[in-house]
Amino acid sequence: MDFEFDETQVQIRDSIQKICAAYGDEYWLEKDRHGGFPDDFARDIAEAGWLGIALPERYGGAGLGVTEAAIMMMAIAESGAGFAGASAVHINIFGLKPVAVHGTEEQKRAWLPPIIRGEHRACFGVTEPNAGLDTARIQTRAERQGGEYLVHGAKIWTSTAQSANKILLLARTAPLEATPNPIDGLTLFYTDLDRRHVQVKEIEKMGRKAVDSNMVFIDGLRVPVDHRIGEEGKGFRYLLEGFNPERILIAAEAVGLGRAALRKATQYAKERHVFGRPIGQNQGIQHPLARSWAELEAANLMLFKAAALYDAGRPCGAEANAAKYLAAEAGFHACETAVMVHGGMGYAKEYHVERYMREVMIPRLAPVSRELVLSFLAERVLGLPKSY
Amino acid sequence: MKVLIAIKRVIDYNVKIRVKSDNSGVETANVKFSMNPFDEIAVEEAVRLKEAGKAEELVAVSMGVAQCQETIRTALAMGADRGILVQTDAELQPLAVAKLLKALVDKEQPQLVILGKQAIDDDSNQTGQMLAALLGWPQGTFASKVTLGDGKAEVVREIDGGLETVEIKLPAVVSTDLRLNEPRYASLPNIMKAKKKPIDTVTPADLGVDVAPRLVTLKVEEPAKRKAGVKVASVAELVDKLKNEAKVI
Ligand SMILES: Cc1cc2nc3c(=O)[nH]c(=O)nc-3n(C[C@H](O)[C@H](O)[C@H](O)COP(=O)(O)OP(=O)(O)OC[C@H]3O[C@@H](n4cnc5c(N)ncnc54)[C@H](O)[C@@H]3O)c2cc1C
Repeated sequence: MDFEFDETQVQIRDSIQKICAAYGDEYWLEKDRHGGFPDDFARDIAEAGWLGIALPERYGGAGLGVTEAAIMMMAIAESGAGFAGASAVHINIFGLKPVAVHGTEEQKRAWLPPIIRGEHRACFGVTEPNAGLDTARIQTRAERQGGEYLVHGAKIWTSTAQSANKILLLARTAPLEATPNPIDGLTLFYTDLDRRHVQVKEIEKMGRKAVDSNMVFIDGLRVPVDHRIGEEGKGFRYLLEGFNPERILIAAEAVGLGRAALRKATQYAKERHVFGRPIGQNQGIQHPLARSWAELEAANLMLFKAAALYDAGRPCGAEANAAKYLAAEAGFHACETAVMVHGGMGYAKEYHVERYMREVMIPRLAPVSRELVLSFLAERVLGLPKSY
Repeated sequence: MKVLIAIKRVIDYNVKIRVKSDNSGVETANVKFSMNPFDEIAVEEAVRLKEAGKAEELVAVSMGVAQCQETIRTALAMGADRGILVQTDAELQPLAVAKLLKALVDKEQPQLVILGKQAIDDDSNQTGQMLAALLGWPQGTFASKVTLGDGKAEVVREIDGGLETVEIKLPAVVSTDLRLNEPRYASLPNIMKAKKKPIDTVTPADLGVDVAPRLVTLKVEEPAKRKAGVKVASVAELVDKLKNEAKVI
C-alpha cells in the first residue's frame, strides 16, 4: 500500500495548478455572473496536451490511467475553478473511451486526435426527459435505412451542446419488447451535431453558468453507419464500462471543490475577529472545518483506491460508486460549512463560497443520484434485493 | 555547447512557513516542495538557448534528499536533456554545494553554468559566486538578460538603482534574477518524454567532497508580528499622526 503520488503524478498536479493560477477567483466569478464558455481556459488546457491524458499514445494521448486523470481534474476544481472549470474539459477526458476501446482503427484516427487537440468539442447525449435514471428505457430511436440511421427523439441536460460539434448519442435500435435484457437494443453513435436536425435549448440552472446544459431535440438526424461505435444493440454495455471512471473523476472534482471551500473558510476563520478574537478560535467554528477535512480525506482515499483498482484492470464498481457518494457529500458539507463560517459574507458573491455551494450540488445529482448509488451498493455489496 | 543548470528543491513559495516549536528550523513535514523559482528561470534560460541553437546539451543538477529527483524531473519536463542527483541526507550549505558543483563541472566540462541568484528558503545568495571563485571562472550575477557571443557572453545585471552590462569570457557562471524570463510550465507530452530521460545518482563521497557544515544554526525565529494599522478620518489627522506620533515629517 502506497499513499504517495509518484513523480509524474506530482508533476501533473503542479503543472495543472500553474495553468489554473492564471484563472483566479475573479475570472470564475465573472463567468458565473454572465456565463459564456471558458474558452481561454479550455484552450490553455488543450494546448498543453492535457485533454489526451487518458487516451492512447498512438492517437496523441498520454496513455495514463484514471488515477492521473483524477489528479488532473481534482487540481482544476481545487484551484477555485470548481465545476465550471472541470466540466469545461471533463467530457474530453473520458467521454471518448468507448471509441478508444470499441471503435475501428479508422474511427480512432479520425476522432481521437481532434478531441485531444481541443479542436472538437463533444457532448454526451444519454439522459432523456422521459427515462431519467432508468437509462434502459430511453425513447430516442435510430432506424436503419440503408447505409444510414435516421434518428428521432429528445435528450435532456446535455452539457456543452451549445458549442459542441460532436455528440456521443445513445439511441434505441431495437424495441424494448424485442430485447430479452433491457440493457440490449441500445446503440452508441459518435456523430456530427448537425444543427439543421438538432435543436439545442439551454436550461437555466442553479450554478455552473459558464458550462451550458441543454434540452436537445433531434428530428430526422441522419447518422452514417460508420458513425456507429461497435456493434448494434451493445451501446449501453459500452457506456457502462465508462461509468466507473466517470464516477471517479466526478468524485475527484467534488473533493477538489470541497478543498477550495475549506481553504477559503479556514483563511476567513483566521482573519475575521469578533468578540475580540478570531472566529476560528471558537470550537463551534473549528469542529465543522476539521470534520470537513476528515471527510474530504476519506473520500479522497476511496476515490484513489477505486482508480487504482480500475487502472489495474480489476472490478471497482463498489469503490467507484462509494467514492462518488462520499466525495459529493463531503464536498457539499465543506461548501455549506464555508458559507456558514463566512457568516453574512458567505451569502455575498464576492466571497466565492456561495458559488461553490451551488456548484457542488452537481456531483450529488449527476451522473447518478445518491439514492441510486446506495441502491446499487445495497444490492451488489450487501446482497439485498434489487430495488430499481 | 553544454550547459549545466543547478536546481534546488525548496518549500513552495505559496506555503506559509512555520517555525518548529524548538526553534531548530522550519516545519517541513506535510509541506509542498517545488523548484526554487530562480532556478526555474535558470532552466528556462537554458532551454531557450537550446531552442535558439546555441546550446546542445542541458544537464540539470540537484543536491539533497532522494525526492530532489522530482525537481530534476520537472527540469527534464521543461526541456533539460538529462539529470544528475547528488544524493545525501546531510545538510548542504552553500560552500558544500559550490564544491560539489565544481566537481561536476570538472567531470562534465560545460561552457556555461546557470543557477538561481539565491534559493528562497535560506536566501544565501552565495553558491554562484563561490562556484565561480572555486573554478576561477568569470561570473555574471543577477542576470536580467544573457546574450551569447563567440566564446563570450554579454550579461545585463540588475544592480541597485539600475542595470549594468558586463561582457564575460566563456566558460562562465551566470546567476539569474527575476526579470530574466518567464518560465514555461511543463506540458503533458513533455512530462511523458521526461519520464524516459536519464538521471544519474552520485553521492558527495563519489565526488570526493567533504560536505560537513561550516556554520551552525543557533536559532530560527518567526519575524515579529506586525501591529494592526489604524484608519484615519482625514488628511489633517494623517499629517498630525505622521508629525507627532511617527515623527517622520
Ligand atoms: C448540471 C448537470 C449536467 C448534466 N450533464 C449531462 C450530460 O452532459 N449528459 C447527460 O446525458 N446527462 C447529463 N445530466 C443528467 C444527469 O445524469 C441526470 O440528471 C441524472 O442521471 C438523474 O436523472 P433525472 O434527472 O432524470 O432524475 P430522475 O431519474 O427523475 O430521479 C429523480 C429523483 O428520484 C430518485 N429516484 C429515481 N428512481 C429511484 C429509485 N428506484 N430508488 C430511489 N430513488 C429513485 C432519484 O435518486 C432522484 O432523487 C446532467 C445533470 C446535471 C444536473
